[in-house]
Amino acid sequence: MLFFCVLAALIVCDATGCIDSYVTQILMYIGINIILTASLNLVNGYMGEFSVGHAAFMAVGAYAASFFSLSVLPHSPVFFPLSLVAGGIAAGIVGLCVAIPAFKARDDYLAIITLALLMIVKSVFENLPWFGGPQGYAGIHKYTNLSWVFVFTVATVLVIRNLVYSNFGRGIIAVRDDEIAANLVSVNTKYVKILAFVISSFFAGIAGGLFAHLIQFINPRTFSLVKSTDILLMLYLGGSGSLIGSILGASIWTVLLELLRFLGIWRFVVAPVALIVLMIYRPLGIMGGKELRFFRPRDDGKAKP
Amino acid sequence: MFFQQSLNALQLGSIYALIALGYTMVYGVLRLINFAHGDIFMIGSYLALFLAVTLHLPFVVVVPLTFAAVALLGVTIERLAYKPLRNAPRVSAVITALAVGLFLETITLATVGPEPRRFPSLVPVHQFSFAAFSASNVQVLIITSSILLMVALELFVAKTRTGMAMRALSWDKTYAPLLGINIDTIVSFTFAIGAGLAAVAGIFVGLAYPVIDPYMGIMVGWKAFVSAVIGGIGSIKGAVAGGFLLGAVEIISATFLPSSYKDMIVFGLLLVILLFKPAGLFGVPVQKKV
Repeated sequence: MLFFCVLAALIVCDATGCIDSYVTQILMYIGINIILTASLNLVNGYMGEFSVGHAAFMAVGAYAASFFSLSVLPHSPVFFPLSLVAGGIAAGIVGLCVAIPAFKARDDYLAIITLALLMIVKSVFENLPWFGGPQGYAGIHKYTNLSWVFVFTVATVLVIRNLVYSNFGRGIIAVRDDEIAANLVSVNTKYVKILAFVISSFFAGIAGGLFAHLIQFINPRTFSLVKSTDILLMLYLGGSGSLIGSILGASIWTVLLELLRFLGIWRFVVAPVALIVLMIYRPLGIMGGKELRFFRPRDDGKAKP
Repeated sequence: MFFQQSLNALQLGSIYALIALGYTMVYGVLRLINFAHGDIFMIGSYLALFLAVTLHLPFVVVVPLTFAAVALLGVTIERLAYKPLRNAPRVSAVITALAVGLFLETITLATVGPEPRRFPSLVPVHQFSFAAFSASNVQVLIITSSILLMVALELFVAKTRTGMAMRALSWDKTYAPLLGINIDTIVSFTFAIGAGLAAVAGIFVGLAYPVIDPYMGIMVGWKAFVSAVIGGIGSIKGAVAGGFLLGAVEIISATFLPSSYKDMIVFGLLLVILLFKPAGLFGVPVQKKV
């Protein structure tokens, strides 16, 4: 119910331009960052892995969605969700290709493999002429508006939340806690890991598509290690393993960087220092891994006879 | 031609190896991947630039001074940012490392400016020629001093008491202190040596590729990290082997393919090696106990 009220309000705002456009843009960025952080949370938080290449999936989604909206589908905002989903699926496919060999290696090495993936994806987009090469892909329509961002953010959080509290989700958490034990209690760890990774990359792709249609121009340099690091910082700021943590982390980091804009380049000095201080005094992030009661199912934690 | 490229590969490999040593030693002692290490290398470069250009110090003074200053910086970072997190989940330390890296990059960017700087030629360049072979004294300097440093490090770790303490700490962090090893001192020492070596690598990069910018630490740092992992993280021999291997691969791929592909090749190679030797070339596979 609440969802539809907010959605209606947002659609009106988009149409009338009642909220200041600077604020609107920030809100959209917050939404996109929430999707990115929540999707990374699935792999890094709930599954306990350390994937560094999330920006790669965002890149694939961005390019694929732009390609679909510019060259495949008719030019109309009606088809925008289709482009986004296409971008997400493309990202998911890449995630699948990476996940299958990646999870054969030791845990620490997932970081390196995903980093390698990031570099490779960036290199591919730089070298392929179809997508503009190093100059980037321009002329993307501005289909992203507050309503779409809101819809997809809510959808992402809803799906991940339901996933995490399902049987499959318990499998994910079991893999984090003790993979060998999980195997022994008949959790198909290989399947769980791969599927979680694919779902995570799918949503990152959607975020990428939203991002591309917001700034209307993407080039490979946008999706660099710095972006991946940004997402990681947002995730661990809020607390991994907690959805409200991802939401808070993404929001706070985005807003903080905007508020500190008056400092110019020094905001990237102040923000990391603040993060370091936070890590020292609260190593698990703001939420400390705890979840908002609203998100937890009603019978979570209560043993059934 | 082949000789030329071999020299280039050795030069690049030495630089990667020196930085990789820092990663591998810190990992061995603390099980922490110090993602700020690449930026420490960058700071070494800038500091040397500053000492040479603003203070007009000669080469023989710049090198030890930079080594000492950056070693001190490494120890300071460890004390302030990593020590409080020694018993925290590893992820917190990693995030802190990333934040420290970001901090170093931006501080340099803010104080010095984003334009790439020209590194002064501290060593007058001579070309040696012998029949078809030619080499520059800078290349020879870099390669020989790097090898000397690596040999010195290996001897230090193998023969001295402090080196023994470092090895003991990397084998068993819980019981080493019971034998009278002061963890704080040894960890600081490790960071100091690692940072110092990275600083020297920074000077060498300035000599070899005279343009430096605040973001060079990122790419070089990650490639050195990859070298350390390929060689088997925690192993000094591995870091050296990985560094030279990566340097060779990068030069070879730059020779035969357009240079924009070289990062792809390097990281592709990494994946291939990990596929066959998941613990790295010299790494010890860790057995998981149930």
